[in-house]
Amino acid sequence: MTEFFDILANPAFWVAVLRIATPLILGTLGVLLCERAGVLNLGIEGIMVAGAFTGWLAVYGGAPLWAGVAVAALTGAALGLLHAFLTVGLALSQHVSGLGITLLATALSYYGYRVSFPKVSTPPTITPFAEMSWLPLPILAQQTAMTLLALLAVPVIAYVLFKTPVGLALRMVGENPQAAEGQGVSVARVRTGAIVAGSALMGVAGSFLTLSAFNAFFFNMVNGRGWICVALVVFASWRPGKALLGALLFAFFDALQLRLQQMNDVVLPYQLYLMLPYVLSIVALVLVARKASYPQALMKPYRRGER
Amino acid sequence: MRLEKRSHSSSAAMLLAPLGAVAFTLMISALLVLWAGAPVGQTYGLLLKGGFGSVFALSETLTRAIPLMLTGLAAAVAFKARLFNIGAEGQLYVGAMAAVAVGGLHGGTGFDLPPALLFLLMMLAAALAGALLLLGPALMKAKLGVDEVVTTLLLNFIVLLLVSLMLDGPMKDPSAMGWPQSVALLGDLELSKLIEQTRVHTGLLWAVALAVGLWALMKYTVLGFDIRAVGANPRAAAFAGVSVTRTVVLVALLSGGLAGLAGAIEVAGRTSYLTLDMSPGYGYSGIVIAMLAGLHPLGVVLGSVFVAGVLVGADSMSRVVGVPTYIADVIVATSLISVLVATLLTQYKVKLK
Repeated sequence: MTEFFDILANPAFWVAVLRIATPLILGTLGVLLCERAGVLNLGIEGIMVAGAFTGWLAVYGGAPLWAGVAVAALTGAALGLLHAFLTVGLALSQHVSGLGITLLATALSYYGYRVSFPKVSTPPTITPFAEMSWLPLPILAQQTAMTLLALLAVPVIAYVLFKTPVGLALRMVGENPQAAEGQGVSVARVRTGAIVAGSALMGVAGSFLTLSAFNAFFFNMVNGRGWICVALVVFASWRPGKALLGALLFAFFDALQLRLQQMNDVVLPYQLYLMLPYVLSIVALVLVARKASYPQALMKPYRRGER
Repeated sequence: MRLEKRSHSSSAAMLLAPLGAVAFTLMISALLVLWAGAPVGQTYGLLLKGGFGSVFALSETLTRAIPLMLTGLAAAVAFKARLFNIGAEGQLYVGAMAAVAVGGLHGGTGFDLPPALLFLLMMLAAALAGALLLLGPALMKAKLGVDEVVTTLLLNFIVLLLVSLMLDGPMKDPSAMGWPQSVALLGDLELSKLIEQTRVHTGLLWAVALAVGLWALMKYTVLGFDIRAVGANPRAAAFAGVSVTRTVVLVALLSGGLAGLAGAIEVAGRTSYLTLDMSPGYGYSGIVIAMLAGLHPLGVVLGSVFVAGVLVGADSMSRVVGVPTYIADVIVATSLISVLVATLLTQYKVKLK
């Protein structure tokens, strides 16, 4: 038990929590924007892979780090536009379109990596973002600027969603598209905008892995983080503040299981610890299920004039 | 952009749609092949030859098609009832684990049962394991409204860790020199080969028979009618006296069971033991196959041979012209999206304002 408190008392633990949480915060906010507008985006897993790859490739090719982040955002936006074309323009199944985009984006990224680096045994590396050691804040000073970006995105998105006309339109098309159309809001345009913006955030979430957390691109490096964001947004009841809380909570358990594995008096197989974050995600979904208030029009395609 | 429902779909359009989808897919992939610096014609030729061009190529394709057919059927029946089971990958692995537990552990005694009975028990255990793994998410969906997409996806990760745990411990093959593989099945339980000197095994007959069985079930039984009714409109189905929860649970058992069988048949027909990499995403490819087939069980048979052929063909093509094998995944994903769009265009007219 004292060892447990030793873990919590160590600032390095909390540094790890915030680092693990960063891509989850960005990804969850991305899912949140799409779902608030009424569109499920299961493309997130693949969009994160594509963002991680293109952002890293740009920096490897000589672009500055922030340009790499911008490339990742553009990649995400482009894939989001495809998802919007399929789900909003053509009103195809949001489940299937999203899974299709995940498969396509992942396959294209792996293909692109293999074409660019046909015969490398060790992955080529870049110089990632540096820690913000100039910041006079204890745990934040050991993070990169991308973590700061993620933390700032939370209040910005909350403000846009709940205090601006754009945010109101976005929430309206997700709750009652017929009424929104009656108010002169173009459902198709608002939904497309929300998906493109949300997917750009997912791309940035992916690029955090290659430009900040690590310095190279690996296969399977996203490893289900996208799906976890889809679970976190339900847990967060589609609210940005709670999304931040959920991502931090998840990261807390993920960092904890890593530390617990290293404790020498523990004899349980390491796989049980690795399961913990996934099990907790399911438990969280069950716990909030009763009071989860899904955006009313989520997963319902809208065709003008049809009921 | 707006959609207008066509009053009737012309037969020319129905024929042109899939051709257009294929042409579009080949065009996109051709650009990627050019990027890799390979000649397009030769690459496609090699891919076709490697997948379908000889008895050996065809036997490899059919071998690969067996698990894909079963996971494809699992996805088709579940999606038909709007139960979005994305967990076939995990269900395949628990099926394989159950098969090894019944057919391989127990120190090679086989519980002193006759092989035919043990084989049956092994398959039943695998189907049951897969079915139970999907039952949880299906009940959570029906009773609590928890989205099954996320729960089944997360379970895939949990199951893979469980497999890794089993291979480190209870199921570890002590004579594998630290290689992560399970104890092997009893030799008597392995499926025999369909063609001498190849890997294609009688699991193919099982898979095709199950496809025909599922088709008949969907078309001729009350359960099949209920599944289609719940998938089309759950509220109307409930109003008409169909128990939605009961139907969803039965579909979950059917879908999970099929995916569990995919795992057992892979072990009994191809690998003879469980490894952590025995499925390169068969569960996910099954979803694509089901969609390509329009959720039709017999279409799944054809779809799985197509996807398997592309995968096998890409492997052999890649060895010659150096185009990365991931081109196969690009072809499969692009064909999924273009087939969906093409099918829609046969039913709707797109008007730009």
